[in-house]
Amino acid sequence: MKTKYLIWFFLLPSVVVIGCVVFYPFLYNFYISTTNMSLYHIRDYTFKGLVNYREIFSEPDLYYYFGKTIIWTLVNLFFHLVLGISIAMLLNRRIVGRSVFRALLILPWAMPQYISALTWKGMFNYQYGSINLILQKLFHVQGIEWFSNETWAFVAPILTNIWLGFPFIMVVTLGGLQSIPRDLYEAAEIDGASAIQRFTHITLPMLKPVLTPAVILGTIWTFNNLNVIWLVTERGLPADKSHILVTYVYKAAFTYYRYGYAAAFSIFIFIILLIFVLVYLKQTRTLEREA
Amino acid sequence: MERRSRNVTGIIRKVSIYVLLVFITLVTVYPIVQIFGISLRPSDQLYSTSLKIIPDDATFEAYRTVLFEKDFFTWLRNSLIVALSVSIFGVALASTAGYAFSRFRFRGHRAGLVVILITQMFPATMLLLPLYVLMKRFGLIDTLLGIIIAYTATALPFCIWTMKGYYDTIPRDLEEAAVIDGTTQLGAFLRVTLPLSAPALTITGLFSYMAGWSEFIVARVIINRQGLYTLPLGLESLSSTFQTEWANYAAGSIIVCIPVVVLFLLLSKFLISGLTLGGVKG
Repeated sequence: MKTKYLIWFFLLPSVVVIGCVVFYPFLYNFYISTTNMSLYHIRDYTFKGLVNYREIFSEPDLYYYFGKTIIWTLVNLFFHLVLGISIAMLLNRRIVGRSVFRALLILPWAMPQYISALTWKGMFNYQYGSINLILQKLFHVQGIEWFSNETWAFVAPILTNIWLGFPFIMVVTLGGLQSIPRDLYEAAEIDGASAIQRFTHITLPMLKPVLTPAVILGTIWTFNNLNVIWLVTERGLPADKSHILVTYVYKAAFTYYRYGYAAAFSIFIFIILLIFVLVYLKQTRTLEREA
Repeated sequence: MERRSRNVTGIIRKVSIYVLLVFITLVTVYPIVQIFGISLRPSDQLYSTSLKIIPDDATFEAYRTVLFEKDFFTWLRNSLIVALSVSIFGVALASTAGYAFSRFRFRGHRAGLVVILITQMFPATMLLLPLYVLMKRFGLIDTLLGIIIAYTATALPFCIWTMKGYYDTIPRDLEEAAVIDGTTQLGAFLRVTLPLSAPALTITGLFSYMAGWSEFIVARVIINRQGLYTLPLGLESLSSTFQTEWANYAAGSIIVCIPVVVLFLLLSKFLISGLTLGGVKG
């Protein structure tokens, strides 16, 4: 068989399937975004041009949700990195029971996400949730009404997601740490480098190749994380105040049935994310060239 | 003298590291231990405000209720059908497409890889909404085939990416030797490369299986009929009647978690190399 045909033979099934379940829906989403399609106009919709896009930018809460999404992503990523890297460094020593610690610390990542989210939702319950009980019984502080206050309703899913996400960075870092040759540290110690200097001049730069893809993936996952906010805050309690962009669109599409609007909004989110990743990739690459 | 004080600080350091590690681990496992505790609560203690992990009069009653009085086995069957189809389908397609991307250069090679990466940036609604509208037209809402299609759309690009990354690590010489010995390229793929890729095939399959097993948001949209509920939908329906069914929800979660968590712990090493290899080699 000629190589040319062989390539087609290998690719064709996937191309057909991806074409049907990814590419066609993707184009169709563009099409929906230019119509007034909704549950009530599922067949008799009309072409509206860019009306839905204009509506996105005149949405009074747009900047609020956008800001929340940025804070959500940054705060989560910050804690994932700080916790993940420091715990990995604690574990990267001669420690009795190391593999037990490692296995236990991975658990939040191993659990199905919806179960973790629902469990945390229970833990934030005002009367019976264990977080308030701990606050009351151990610290003698009044319990918090997590979901009736805008700020706390946002803190709750953030705490949940920090817990969910640090093991990923921890495992990636552990792998990276093991590939750093010991003599680098020994040489630095002989030259009189302090622990902090060794960390910033050896550990961090050597971790960069494994951490860069992990951070990009982590950013995308966090930015697009629907599960945690949707399940922990019960669809955006209080009164749709705790949404990030993706949960807001999900609600617009499947609770309010505003298909055209939600389709346009999905594209808007996708473009933001795409720009971010491109800029990030470009920057890390230029940094590499300078170094 | 100096040596002794060094020893003392060394011991203090060591002890504080252990204390810190134990503390972090306790905080991390607390939610999981707690849900196990709830699953053991007898029905008259659901509204307990005690912080005890194991409740007084602990019982496995909730496990019995979930297994035999709820539709647990229906949910399990639906989840199995969906997750198995997605993973078999995904692996079969990805094992060939990934090979083409790894071994051949053709027009659209780079573009294809970029497209695969870009799909990972889609917000969930980007494909879910058009798929939902299309499925409504074709009468696929409230069918398991509907969710299988939706999951394949998200799993397949990732599977192709992982398989390509793995094939990249297998030296081409092996295939070339087989071709020189008179096999065709197709034969070399089937008889040399594919058997060598067994670990990658298993892992890709298991991970797409677990993705289907644990997915809630997409299933929520496509399935409304109770008889077609998958495990996540079933468990969520227990948790939303939080006050009365909390112990049942907890017991169900524990049952569902155990196999996935065990698998995950066994496979976590491979997942990492799959994720980062792909990223580094592009």
